[in-house]
Amino acid sequence: MKTLIKIAWRNVWRNKLRSTIVMLSIGLGIWSGLFIMAMTLGMNEQRMSGAIDSYLSHIQIHHPKFQDDYNKKYTLIDDANLTEQLDTIPQIKAYSQRLFVTGMASTAKGNYGVHIMGIFPENEKKVTSISQQLIEGTYFKRLKQNPIVIGKKLADRLGLKINSKVVLNFLDKNNNTIANSFRVEGIFKTTNSIFDEGTVFVKYQDMAPLVGLEGKFHEVAILTDNMEDIKAVKSEIVTQDSVESWDEISPELGYTQTLLEDFMFIFMGIVLLALAFGIINIMLMAVLERRRELGMLLCIGMSKRKVFGMILLETLFIAFVATPLGMFLSYLSITYFGKNGIDLSIVSAGLESWGAGSKVFTHLPLTFYWSITLMTLTVAFLAALIPARRALKLNPAEAVKII
Amino acid sequence: MKVIQTNELFKIYNEGRGNEVRAVNGVTTTIEKGEFTAIVGPSGSGKTTLLNIMGGLDSPNSGNVFIDGIDIGKLKENELINFRLHNIGFVFQAYNLIPVLNAKENVGFVMLLQHYSEKQIDERVESLLNAVGLKDQIEKRPNEMSGGQQQRIAVARALASKPKFVLADEPTANLDSKSTSDLLDIMEKLNREEGMTFVFSTHDQRVIDRAHRIINLEDGKIKSDTKKSTQIDKA
Repeated sequence: MKTLIKIAWRNVWRNKLRSTIVMLSIGLGIWSGLFIMAMTLGMNEQRMSGAIDSYLSHIQIHHPKFQDDYNKKYTLIDDANLTEQLDTIPQIKAYSQRLFVTGMASTAKGNYGVHIMGIFPENEKKVTSISQQLIEGTYFKRLKQNPIVIGKKLADRLGLKINSKVVLNFLDKNNNTIANSFRVEGIFKTTNSIFDEGTVFVKYQDMAPLVGLEGKFHEVAILTDNMEDIKAVKSEIVTQDSVESWDEISPELGYTQTLLEDFMFIFMGIVLLALAFGIINIMLMAVLERRRELGMLLCIGMSKRKVFGMILLETLFIAFVATPLGMFLSYLSITYFGKNGIDLSIVSAGLESWGAGSKVFTHLPLTFYWSITLMTLTVAFLAALIPARRALKLNPAEAVKII
Repeated sequence: MKVIQTNELFKIYNEGRGNEVRAVNGVTTTIEKGEFTAIVGPSGSGKTTLLNIMGGLDSPNSGNVFIDGIDIGKLKENELINFRLHNIGFVFQAYNLIPVLNAKENVGFVMLLQHYSEKQIDERVESLLNAVGLKDQIEKRPNEMSGGQQQRIAVARALASKPKFVLADEPTANLDSKSTSDLLDIMEKLNREEGMTFVFSTHDQRVIDRAHRIINLEDGKIKSDTKKSTQIDKA
């Protein structure tokens, strides 16, 4: 066995240039596949965390019928009881109560349909990151009367700047039309341009009287210490209202991640299949070039099993060198771009409409490296079977002839 | 003692068709232990085919080959490979050394396949390399040696496992006169001192001159079978 391994290893390096090219191609194939996986999954993770940070948070509580059509009459049933409970659950980092009304934002330049969130800024700051994503102005600190914080896309659409006036039109609890003027205190920009364009924040105490829902809330957003606590916290909340985690409120966010992971494995499988054909090509050439040598080995008494094993080993050695190379390149580049991001501002409009930022941070869990390593070695082994079988079909007497 | 015995061997290509070729056409012969035999004949006379059949590399359409009393035609493929490993040494026209192994490793390779210990291999290899005059080439790879040196390594390899006989197909075809002479000296010496049986197929007059027995093939049949002291006429 030791000699077989020695011969196989040395055979790999008989044609250094060819072997190096094959190894590089496998390594680069692995790198490109893993990098694209990391980019895609990283992009989606940013989208997910962007949504959670901006407005979803980890858990939301609503009236059981509220999310059917967002009718403002469906306020939380257990207001007081809920806050008492939430205060006692240790895994809850923070929570924020909200009023949620749909309406229209109007200026001289135009108008646009918006979701109006009536919030307690001090609580909201602890649950979402809007306050940290301001690009202009302040977050409910400066203006005393009817301040509003809006998204950049909406500001651009309606021609709004800091201190500009915007009129919010909406229906109160009795379906009377209410129009009230607010002054822009802050402008935020998230990774989701649709959210930026369609969501505005006002103080609860400014909004509630206008809607006629003082002391009432449509939504409680809860942030847990970490994602793993979500299920446990959910189970602890006892209420008539509906308690949902972020992936239940936006199931497409959760599905997308699983779907993308599956798609990426299929994509990687296709990349490896292409590499397999490369391996088969190279090894078939090697077998055909060495007809005489292989014929000689069969003549002098090397068993077919050993000849088969030798060809398999040569192919596996190529994979054993190329795979770590690809993994190493992948790990380096994914780690680097995971910290520094890839600037895709050239396509930022498209990315932001999907909810991903213009800077993509790559991310790939370590389990993927192991899975792809296993896939690569399996593919290399299977690819090796064809040239190895070809070697067995040699007629020793014919093979050793000089032509 | 009979080492090789063939009975009415036939090897026919494209049998029954217009382009039928009788490469071996009813060959019956015996090779005794210790013989130094050359099978000669023009191109297409069936020399290599006969050698291949004797070595179990090819199978006849009819007839038997007995090696040391064993009918090799009855062996299965794996048994035949194993039989060759333990009983037959081969020397090829194109040397056919393993390019990635050095001289020592090439010579010892067959013994490795036979699972000899490292110590036994080292001892035997050293003795053989001495016998072929290449002890100082031990670490060199085939591409670092001349044709003559490579062929001597090939002979050493063929003898490493102490086979019953060595089949050499045109072993001197690619060698110059000096290398041919050196090679034949070694083979004759091994034949004389160790009683190793050699069967050559050759065109080379230098080999024919040194052979102790000459089997002359023509159109797949033995035309004449000459020992240096006696002649057996098959014509």
